[in-house]
Amino acid sequence: MTVNPVIKFIECVGRTITLLWHTFIAFSEELGRIMLLLFSSIKQLILPPFEVKNTLKQIIEIGIKSMPVVLITAVFTGMVLALQSYTGFKRFNAEVLVGTVVALSITRELGPVLTGLIVAGRAGAAMAAELGTMRVTEQIDALETLATNPVKYLIVPRFIAGVIMLPALTVIADFIGIIGGYFVTVNLLGANSTVYWKRTWDYLETSDIYNGLIKACFFGAAIAIISCYKGFYTQGGAEGVGKATTGAVVLSSMTILISDYFLSAWLFK
Amino acid sequence: MLELIDLHKSFGGNHVLRGASLKVEKGESMVVIGGSGSGKSVLIKHIIGTLKPDKGSVLIDGADIAALSENELYETRKRFGMLFQMAALFDSMRVWENVAFALMRHGKLKENDAKEIAIEKLRMVGLVGVENLMPSELSGGMKKRVGLARAIAHEPEILLYDEPTTGLDPIMADAINDLIIEMKQKLAVTSVAITHDMHSAYKIADRIAMLYQGRIIEIGTPDEIKNTGNAIVRQFITGSAVGPIKVEGVTA
Repeated sequence: MTVNPVIKFIECVGRTITLLWHTFIAFSEELGRIMLLLFSSIKQLILPPFEVKNTLKQIIEIGIKSMPVVLITAVFTGMVLALQSYTGFKRFNAEVLVGTVVALSITRELGPVLTGLIVAGRAGAAMAAELGTMRVTEQIDALETLATNPVKYLIVPRFIAGVIMLPALTVIADFIGIIGGYFVTVNLLGANSTVYWKRTWDYLETSDIYNGLIKACFFGAAIAIISCYKGFYTQGGAEGVGKATTGAVVLSSMTILISDYFLSAWLFK
Repeated sequence: MLELIDLHKSFGGNHVLRGASLKVEKGESMVVIGGSGSGKSVLIKHIIGTLKPDKGSVLIDGADIAALSENELYETRKRFGMLFQMAALFDSMRVWENVAFALMRHGKLKENDAKEIAIEKLRMVGLVGVENLMPSELSGGMKKRVGLARAIAHEPEILLYDEPTTGLDPIMADAINDLIIEMKQKLAVTSVAITHDMHSAYKIADRIAMLYQGRIIEIGTPDEIKNTGNAIVRQFITGSAVGPIKVEGVTA
C-alpha cells in the first residue's frame, strides 16, 4: 500500500514539532530548577551561620588548584596570539600594534573565557562528581538527617568560591598572557620593547580589564551553580555520576560561550 | 510519640504508599518488614521529613512535620538519629569527624571536646582506635558501627534504621542486632527499623508491621507475627516464592 506523500510530509512535520516541543519543555524545566537552586543558594548565603571553613576549602579547590593549568594556558595563548598577530600585521607594516592586540584580546575576551572553560573542565567536573557521588551514596540524605541544610553546607561555599576565584584567576591569566605575548614579540621576533609597552598602555583602558572581570564573575557563578545542580540531582548510581559530570562540563562550557557574546555586547558598547 | 496517618505518595505514575498508617509508642522498637520495592524506604523518609506526603500526615508528639517551616523541620530533625543502609559516612572526613559532625555543628563544641565524645560513642559501638581512619579504610561492618555511633552521638530521642543488617555476614549482622538492642536499653530511645531480614526483625522488635502494596496490613509482636493467619505475611516470613505475593518474572 502506498502512503500519500502529503500525509507522510505532515506526519514528519508533526513529529519534528513534537520533538522540538518536548526539548523546549525539558530545557525550560531544567532552567527553572537551576534558577530555583540559585535563589535557594542566595537565600542560604545571606542567612547565618556562615560556612567560612568550607568556603576557604573550596577557594583552594577551585582557585589555587586550578592555577597551574590557567597559567600554562594563558602564557601559551599570549604567545601564539603575538606570533600570529606579528606575522599577519607584518604584511601591512603594523607590527607595532601587536602589544595592543594581545592586551585587548586577552583582557576583554580570552582571559575570562579560557579561564572559565578551564575551571569548568577541572573544578566544575569535580564539583558535579563529588556531589553526585554524595547523592547516590546517601551522604546528602545523611546531612539532612543531621539537621544540616545541604544547599547551605555544600552549594553556597562552592558558589562563593566560584564568584571570587574566577576573576582572581582571570587577573593572573591576563597578566601572564600579556607577558607571554611580550616574550614572543620582543625576545623571539626582535620587536622593540619600549614600543611594545607604549602601544599596550596607549590603547588599553581600565574598562577593558574590569569588564573582563565582570564576565569572569558571571562565568564563576554559572559554573558553580550548573555543576552543583548536576551533581545535587544525580540519579542512577555510577552511570548517573558519569552523566552528571559530563553534563556539568558541557552545559557550563556552552553557557560560558553563549553568554560571552551577550555580556560582551552589553558591557563593551 | 510517632504516628503515620493515611500516608499516600506517588512518583510519576507509581503509587508507592496507598494509605499507610502506623503508631509507634515512646520507647518502643518497631520493625517494618516488606519486600523489595514495597515502599519501606519511602516510609522512613517521610518519618524524617526528607519526603512530604501527597496526602496524610506524620505526627511527632502530635505535631505534623509536613506543616513545619524549613527551620522548624531542621530543629525537629535534631531529635532523630538515622543509620543508613550503606552507612552513608562522609568520605572526605575522618571517622571521628563523622561521629562528631552534629556535635560540632549544632552543639557548638570545640574540636577536642567533640573528639572525646566521638571516641566515647565509638567505644559504645565496639570500635577502639579507629577514630583517625578514613571511611574508605573500614570494612562494611565497621562502617555500620561508625554510622550507628554518628546516629547516637547527639543523643536523639528517635532512632531510625534503614536495613541495618543488609550486606553483612550473619555473624556481623547479629552483632549489629545486639548493638541495636543495647542502644535501646542504654539510651531508652524509640526506634523504627525497616528490614526484610526476619531473623533481625524477630530479635530487635517489640512489634513488627508488614508493609504490602503501600499499606500496613498487619501489626503484632514477633510471636503474633510468627503465628499469623494472614497468607501474605505467612508467605513473606517463611520466604516462599509460592503464594499470594507474586514475584516478578516467576510464574510459579
